[in-house]
Parts: sequence; structure tokens; C-alpha cells
Amino acid sequence: MDELRDLYQATILDHNRKPRNFRTIDPPDRSANGHNPICGDKLVIFLTLDEDRVTDVAFQGAGCAISVASASLMTDYARGKTLAEIELEFERFHQMVTSSPDAPVDTQAIGKLAVFSGVREFPMRVKCATLAWHTLRAALHQDNRIARTE
Amino acid sequence: MTVETLDIAAIRKDFPILEREVRGKPLIYLDTAASAQKPRIVLEAIQNFYQNSYANIHRGVYQLSAEATALYERGRDDVQRFIGANDRREIVFVRNATEAINLVAHTWAEQNLEAGDEIVITALEHHANIVPWQMLGERRGTKLRVAPIDENGDVIVESLEALLGERTRLLALPHVSNAIGTLTPLKTLIDIAKARGITVLVDGAQAAPHTPVDVAALGCDFYAFSGHKLFGPSGIGVLYGRLPLLDSMPPFMGGGDMIETVSFEQTTYAEAPQRFEAGTPDIAGVVGLSAAISYLENIGLKNIEAWENALLTRATRVLGSMHGLRIIGNPRRKVGVLSFVLEGIHAHDVGTALDQAGIAVRVGHHCAQPLMEIFGVPATVRASFSLYNTPAEVDALAAALGETQELFS
Repeated sequence: MDELRDLYQATILDHNRKPRNFRTIDPPDRSANGHNPICGDKLVIFLTLDEDRVTDVAFQGAGCAISVASASLMTDYARGKTLAEIELEFERFHQMVTSSPDAPVDTQAIGKLAVFSGVREFPMRVKCATLAWHTLRAALHQDNRIARTE
Repeated sequence: MTVETLDIAAIRKDFPILEREVRGKPLIYLDTAASAQKPRIVLEAIQNFYQNSYANIHRGVYQLSAEATALYERGRDDVQRFIGANDRREIVFVRNATEAINLVAHTWAEQNLEAGDEIVITALEHHANIVPWQMLGERRGTKLRVAPIDENGDVIVESLEALLGERTRLLALPHVSNAIGTLTPLKTLIDIAKARGITVLVDGAQAAPHTPVDVAALGCDFYAFSGHKLFGPSGIGVLYGRLPLLDSMPPFMGGGDMIETVSFEQTTYAEAPQRFEAGTPDIAGVVGLSAAISYLENIGLKNIEAWENALLTRATRVLGSMHGLRIIGNPRRKVGVLSFVLEGIHAHDVGTALDQAGIAVRVGHHCAQPLMEIFGVPATVRASFSLYNTPAEVDALAAALGETQELFS
């Protein structure tokens, strides 16, 4: 059960139970749909922008604990950040969840999102953790296509 | 219960993979509905074939080719006997049930259906018995109509009957639902359709490994199933077709082995079933399937069915009494499959948690998204039971589900 507890850390379980920023923004400056066809996870990201800074961001949808918690924590993180900052964080996040389980995690740089490091033990769940990020990126790039993990 | 004749401990020893561990725990394989594990007799038959008798089949004048051809064609006899077909020429080897259904859609349906003609399916369908007919509709303008199910997951016979009209040309339906296990009243439904002169195709992928099949007694026109769910290798499947239909159908794919004579001006096609087996087929797959069939025949489908029913009954009782667990689908007759959801926990999280306990189940929509929508769930956990599963494994599943609920509480 240890690896399972690493995956489903208390923070993740908490954000799954009570997702933050779980609402719509109407009208949003940008929005995008995300879909993981393998498991059926679906979410929508809404955001408002002031030049290149995200002033508000929220999401709606349904999915597994990892994808919901990831969207919840990501929206918390992204509010007030610039596009460049978000890009950099996504890169760090993606690198962390796809790295070898033995690789060190730079908790200083990744901050709260380090709770997703347990995903590394479960390669099949990486897409659950990154769906929200792919969707946020699609919204930021005003890409009208549905963001997909496949 | 007449399953005392089954020596489960001995049967388990026939399956080498059951000796392995997963994440430090003995493997508990509850995903046979997706694909069955392979008994040693199948593995050895394939190995032996490649080692001792392998060559390409048909037309070879040398000993090895004759042996390989004999083994391949013996496989056809085995399948004929196994599903009760009247004639060995009614057995066409394909890759899997999906390919079998697509073959019918591209040959018989292309030849016989016109714009406005209707195909009736059921709400239980696997995507393999939905999408080929939608694609046919895009090509030919045929229409797809869906017979509803009731809240238990049973086909509503009267509603299906009411859908059969002037333009209905084909009834395509499952023998057993892969997602919730419903055993459909197949004979009744076939009789209703045949009385109206409607052709019937049965998706038997989920039935053939679990319940005796007799296509001649059923009176269906086509019956499709996969070898890999029948404890045979992946990559081999069967289309049964009534001979007059197969004989009248155009080829599916063109190439070697499906011709009579070829010139650059014109080609005449071989008789069924060769007409539908273009190119070098999965010869070793047929050899493996033959071995799997003989394995099942030795144990007896009736015995297997009884054992699986006992496991299913136990699972339904034990899991059904768990707080916060909802069983999806409660049909009158159910085969081998228990689909359920845990309140407040996504099926994928359940699947990951069970995997930690060495338990392999399938989570998701089970290639039956429309059916999931009817039950109002995006995904379910599906445990499926087979001849090598035990009551202790059912109890281990229940215990692991309890721990999962604790983790997420």
C-alpha cells in the first residue's frame, strides 16, 4: 500500500474531494476542452487574461482523483502567473511525472505540485496528471481544438 | 451445483502465468472478459507447430506444407464441431470478432443493402457491433436503429420486435454483453427476426468461452467470435456464416489464396471459405485455437459455465452487500461479468488500487460508451470470472475494495 499512499497523498485526496476553482467563468477570455479518450476524463478550463497574465482561472468536469486534483492544484497555481511562468512550470511538472521514480524532485522549484511525484510509479496515470495542463495550454494558445492526451 | 468434477487446483496448474506475482502479490486475474490467459497445451501446440511442422499452407507439394495444411484445416473442423455448424465450409478464419463483423459489413451488407434500409442493433452493443454499421451507413445511406434495454440491462423483446419493419434487413446483436454480462434471449430474438426474413448476425465474442454455442440450433446467419477470449492466441478469430450466404457474398480482401484463376484481364474467386481468407493466414493461431478448443471440450463448457456462475453468484452476494458499492446491470441471466462502481471513487482510481493488491480488473467504458450513458456512469469497474478463478479470489477482491474505500474515505 506504500506506493498507493505515495500516489494518493493527502493533498491529492483533499483536492479530489473538494476541488478548488471548480466553477465556470462567464464569459471567459479563453476556454478549452480536455478529453482523455482512454478513461473518459473530460474537463473544461476557463480563464481571464490581463495582457499575458492570468487573472482568473477555473475548471469544470469529471474524472479520476489524479486528474481532478491536478486541475484543482494547477488552477490554484496559475492564477496571477504569466504565460511564460506557466509554460516553465508545465515543463517542470511534466518532467517530474515522467522521470524515473528514483530521480530527485526539486521541491523548491516545483512547490506544492511535488505531491504528484508519486505518479512516476504509475506510468499509466501520467496522462491523468497532465490532462489539465494540456487543456490550460490549449486555452492559453487559443487553440480551439480539443486538447487530448492521445 | 454439479461442479465437483472440476479440479480447479489442477486447472490452475495448466495456466503458467497464474504462478507469477504482481507487485509482490500472487496474480489474481479477473479480466478474462477482455482476454483469457493461455493454458500450457495452447502454448505447447504453437511451439511444437513452429518447431516441427511449420510451412505455408495450401498448394505446397512437400511434406511440411501438407502437415501444416492438415493442421490448419483440422482447426476448421474443430471450430465447426465446437459451435455446431453444419458444414466445415461455413467457418472463415479472421483476426478477431471485430474483423468478422467488418467482413460482413463490407461484403454481404454492401451487396444486399440499399439507402434507407435499416439495421437493428441493441443498446448493449460493444463498439465492434456499432461502428462498422455506422460506417456502412456513411457509405451506403443505411440507417441504424437501436433496440432499448430495461433498467436491469435486459433487452426488451417487444420493443426490439416493434423496431423490425419493412426496411429492416439485418438484426445484429450480442450473445452476451461484454460490459454488464447480460445473456440475451438469443433464440427468441433470432426466431422473431427470421420469421420476418431478416438476416441475423450474432456478436458472440463474450459468449463462446462461457456458454455452449450451437449455431445450427440458434438459426443465426452469422456468428462472430475471437480466439483470444477462448484461451487461444490473439490474432485469430472466426466468422461463421451459413453456406448459401457465404457462397453468394463477394470477397472481402483480394490477394493470394482467395482466387480460382487470375489473369490481368479478369480474376475468378475461390469458393467459401477460401474466398474470404486472402493471403497467408494466422496458421499458428489456428493451431493454438484448435488446442484451446480441445482443452475446453475436455473440461466441458457446461462445467465451466456452472463454475463461473457459482463465482458470479458469490461475487454478487459479497460485493452486493458492501456499503457504497453499486452493481451495474441486473439482468435475468448473466454470464461471467460483474460491473460495479464505488460511490465517490472513480473507476480508474479503483483499478490502480486493486492493481496494488495484485488484482487485474478492467476499468473504463468497456468499449460500450452508449451503454454506460444509459446507466449514467462514465466508467465502471468490471471483474470477470473464468474457470481458473477461485472463491478465495472473489473474497480477496472484496477485501481490496474495502481497503480502497478506506483510502479514499
